[in-house]
Amino acid sequence: MSQWPAIADIATQVQAGDLSATELVERALKTMDAKKDFNAVLAPIHERSRERAKAIDARVAKGEKTGRLAGVPFIAKDNFLTFGSETTAASNILKGFEAPYQATAIERLEAEGAICVGKANLDAFAHGGSTENSDFVITKNPHDTERVPGGSSGGSAAAVVLDMAPFALGSDTGGSIRQPASFSGAVGFKPTYGLVSRSGVVAMASSTDVVGPLARTVEDAALVLDVMSGRDDLDSTGIERDKKSYTDLSDDIKGKKIGIIQEHMGEGLDAGVKKQIEAAVEVLKKGGADVRDVSLPSLPLALACYYIICPAEVSSNLSRYDGQRYGFSHPKASNLDESYNWSRSEGFGKEAKRRIMIGTYVLSSGYYDAYYKKAQQLRTKLIKEFEAAFKEVDFLAGPVAPTTAYKIGENAGDPLQMYLQDIYSVPVNLVGTPAISIPAGKVNGLPVGLHLMAPQKQDRALLALANKTEELLA
Amino acid sequence: MAKLARLHLSDDEIQQFAGEISAILGYVEQLQQVDLKDYEPTSQVTGLKNVMRPDKVKDYGVSPEELLKNAPATESGHIKVKRILG
Repeated sequence: MSQWPAIADIATQVQAGDLSATELVERALKTMDAKKDFNAVLAPIHERSRERAKAIDARVAKGEKTGRLAGVPFIAKDNFLTFGSETTAASNILKGFEAPYQATAIERLEAEGAICVGKANLDAFAHGGSTENSDFVITKNPHDTERVPGGSSGGSAAAVVLDMAPFALGSDTGGSIRQPASFSGAVGFKPTYGLVSRSGVVAMASSTDVVGPLARTVEDAALVLDVMSGRDDLDSTGIERDKKSYTDLSDDIKGKKIGIIQEHMGEGLDAGVKKQIEAAVEVLKKGGADVRDVSLPSLPLALACYYIICPAEVSSNLSRYDGQRYGFSHPKASNLDESYNWSRSEGFGKEAKRRIMIGTYVLSSGYYDAYYKKAQQLRTKLIKEFEAAFKEVDFLAGPVAPTTAYKIGENAGDPLQMYLQDIYSVPVNLVGTPAISIPAGKVNGLPVGLHLMAPQKQDRALLALANKTEELLA
Repeated sequence: MAKLARLHLSDDEIQQFAGEISAILGYVEQLQQVDLKDYEPTSQVTGLKNVMRPDKVKDYGVSPEELLKNAPATESGHIKVKRILG
């Protein structure tokens, strides 16, 4: 049983003076402290969150409106620039970095009265699916402390499931919101590419990076999305938001056409996970959905495509960490070349180095056509296959990940094995469509996430379907 | 590759990365088998083109001092770097 009411109810109670923002912040800080051994949070934000809570309580006392998220505590993945603590992206090279401005997503949540109470652990620079690539600590799965919480937003997912705050923010480049939601048992929503501004979020692969919420319920996630989404002058890749509120979840499930992706139900899928997904699909059918099988033949190639495009963009985005303007700078370097080389070599962890080198290779003049251009062409083919599928059905469904949470260290020695975990989650990043993971039961005590996907800009309809599915599965 | 990416690797790292990166490149090479000549490359998925805004100065309330506070070395309001020319 969660200690937090629904987010909309928290805000209503704070506005009515029945619940104080200060009390809520203290509750969050206390829970983070009591459960600190899970390593979900890198840095609790004490001072600034208490000040903000006090200010909100004072405004309520004066009868002022304080917003749709009045007094609601939340935790941000540590790749969001925030005031009140360092922003490190869980990397040594950004250790000690104090943001001069905040991410737009944070600003928009704060403008509605939400309070950032802590920064969550992640795989450094969001490279990974387990938080084992964090340069600082490994987060433990809330259901089994010997297992990973998923990643890269593993700290955010674990924090929500451990009840530290009613919601958390994550980023999803190849599954980094949905996969930890699946492994830890949270709701994780990846919006349409461009729907939420990425200004002030440490860039990973810019053509697929999105910002989204992790929460306990679809309803909570929808409210957070509604506050964060929409064009921002600071992010030129943004798209217009829906005119309708994302909190309108009233669409009926009856008659909705849902395609089960055949390429994601076959070889490589754990038998226990498969059973859970099939059971969830039966529930959708009973609820009145028109369920059918769908095939997207290029899906088995999506992972290879992603692991060319992603490192290519990573190598470009991480070139800014050069030891000159901010971040770690090697104290012993005597000239500029040494300063670049030594600062980057000591500041970056192994996975960042691996991706930088792969990216540099696939972009180099002799190999560009064979790797990078080919991957971009496959991306077009994938987009066309999704478009064709969405002519037949309204939504797609399948598993988020091939297994439940694995043991800490189980895949750590084999990066390719680790990448293969992303096989079901990366296609929608390449295509730019929205997707969500919602809890669909457990296998041997470990959560399984059901993956639901919709065409671009159908975020509201997808959230409505997920909301109904959540009710049916309960 | 490390040299191009401005990374200085230890012998152990070179050993480790050589094997791992070969395995990863071996995996992504499966794209070579697919005929994709009929498909244009996709570099972004929004369909947006030439997003413009007025070229006006906007005050974000951040001082140059605040922006420079994360720099490893500064001098007279500038970022100081190592000598570039021998």
